[in-house]
Amino acid sequence: MNAPNKSGWKPEMTLAEDGMHSGPATTTGNRALMLEEPLLFEIGRADVTGVDLPAVDANAPTRLGGLARSEAIGLVGLTEPETVRHYTRLSRQNYGIDLGFFPLGSCTMKHNPRLNEKVARLPGFADIHPLAPQNSVQGALEVVAQLGEWLCKLTGMPGVAMSPKAGAHGELCGILAIRAAHEARGDAREVVLVPESAHGTNPATAAFANYRVEDIPATPEGRVDVAALKARLGPDVAAVMITNPNTCGLFEKDFREIADAVHAAGGYVYCDGANFNAIVGKVRPGDLGVDAMHINLHKTFSTPHGGGGPGSGPVVFSEALAPFAPLPFVRQDAEGTFYLVEEENREERGPSFGRMTAFHGQMGMFTRALTYMLSHGADGLKQVAEDAVLNANYILRSMEDILHAPFAASGPCMHEALFGDKDFTGGLSTLDVAKGLIDEGYHPMTVYFPLVVHGAMLVEPTETESKAAIDQFITAFRAVVERALAGDEELKQAPYYAPRRRLDETQAARKPVLSWQKPDD
Amino acid sequence: MRYFTDEHEWIDVAGDVATVGITDYAQGQLGDIVFVELPAVGTTVEKGKDAAVVESVKAASDVYAPIDGEVTETNGALEDDPALVNTAPEGEGWFFKMTIADAGQLEGLMDEAAYKDFVASL
Repeated sequence: MNAPNKSGWKPEMTLAEDGMHSGPATTTGNRALMLEEPLLFEIGRADVTGVDLPAVDANAPTRLGGLARSEAIGLVGLTEPETVRHYTRLSRQNYGIDLGFFPLGSCTMKHNPRLNEKVARLPGFADIHPLAPQNSVQGALEVVAQLGEWLCKLTGMPGVAMSPKAGAHGELCGILAIRAAHEARGDAREVVLVPESAHGTNPATAAFANYRVEDIPATPEGRVDVAALKARLGPDVAAVMITNPNTCGLFEKDFREIADAVHAAGGYVYCDGANFNAIVGKVRPGDLGVDAMHINLHKTFSTPHGGGGPGSGPVVFSEALAPFAPLPFVRQDAEGTFYLVEEENREERGPSFGRMTAFHGQMGMFTRALTYMLSHGADGLKQVAEDAVLNANYILRSMEDILHAPFAASGPCMHEALFGDKDFTGGLSTLDVAKGLIDEGYHPMTVYFPLVVHGAMLVEPTETESKAAIDQFITAFRAVVERALAGDEELKQAPYYAPRRRLDETQAARKPVLSWQKPDD
Repeated sequence: MRYFTDEHEWIDVAGDVATVGITDYAQGQLGDIVFVELPAVGTTVEKGKDAAVVESVKAASDVYAPIDGEVTETNGALEDDPALVNTAPEGEGWFFKMTIADAGQLEGLMDEAAYKDFVASL
């Protein structure tokens, strides 16, 4: 009995079914502080409003020139407390990094330090406008310039584009610069090579930039097959996109050899720097022969993501590609004044391929990332990489005796540990383990990616978790895996204790219900 | 005569027309199929190159053309009911029909027995 849910969806879990809290069902469907929440359309009424607006004279002349709406659009009205409670209740059903361990591999869900937040909220950074006169925002421009400089130093690359707004946007930026560089010498190359161990966005980026994508296989050790890659190089290959460390959680040891071969064939090397957090302060990608690499500030440099804040994906460039970077550039004149190089500045813009965003980038993320860098210092950033790698290896070695770890023999992993579902019995799958972890109070790891491992489970603890937190996770993870190995039928029904039981993902994908339909009264 | 590829496509040859789909093993590995993107009729496909895309709850995968040829017909039923690929992968869940540009290319494919052995070895 769940009175408030007019749309027909109901909590499937009654108190009586829930072994943890046995007791009679409640009238509302609520379970004390776990509150059911209908849709806004089901709460609101047309005649309610949260703001007091002056009455409109229906006969007053309008300037809409006949474009005025002729009928109601059916939006509901809500009071302010209804609105606040709606979103607060939904947020309580959510799981985030501030609530617990979030081992989502390849996503680097790490703690967002509160100092970052404090600095980002300083009025001189938070309350400015991108069109403000440049002499009034010198401090903000200095932050952009200084962050860019540190990104160049950490990567050993001479050029940087600060404007891309996410990792994949950064990839596109890098590939467009590669295209511009080839086109500038009249070289119309058509192919981008992407190894199987690369991020899934890489082939999408290359295709979006109008390149033909060709796969390069991985070796049984989970690294790029160098011989296959070299064999494919030729005058039609514009670039190779390599994720390093790769999605198998391994460092591409032969990167320098690959880069030299690509350069010798006239191509460029794009490195997906999403996993830079594993090597920051340890390896400078410029030394490996990288020509362009994006850096996810929201991963390596701890700015919020996963719905918590906009992404930011600055791109660093080699000498060869730097002139083609997108506008604007932040520069400093002889008097020390910072200024932006835009389209009008024909002298300084050079062969830049244009621009990717209206303005300069994600200012709020720049302040946070620079705060993170400066508060850690060079020694601290090095330790970030060391701890991220140590934590992942601790999980790898704590699980490999019971869980298939296909690349455990390839040596230490980097910042993430990869497992497979090889030994599960009774029809149990990776998905069941993921759902079982929800019951244990954890956000599941990344599942079914990378594709090179059957039933992949990619676990990334990040450097921000304590040994105690990781030990607790390992205990829970082992317990769930043991159930999958033993063919525990009950695990197929997990989660039991989440606000919703297991969702029908197949139906949701085949027949998605994407809009609210007004019920027939 | 039905042939199989090591990418888990099957191709059924009847006269000068071939029908292409994915194998039962492939659908089992993919899990519940939620969407199938078919080539347009008239598309020229090339052996070993992308011809269709199949999307399951786990992943999106390319389906490769087993031989060279031109697409002559596609299975419209998959648009409304992609689950046919799960329930009848080697029957009603076929993807497209195509011409056979070079019958010699069929020689390099597996027959049913060879494919069975191949799957058993995985």
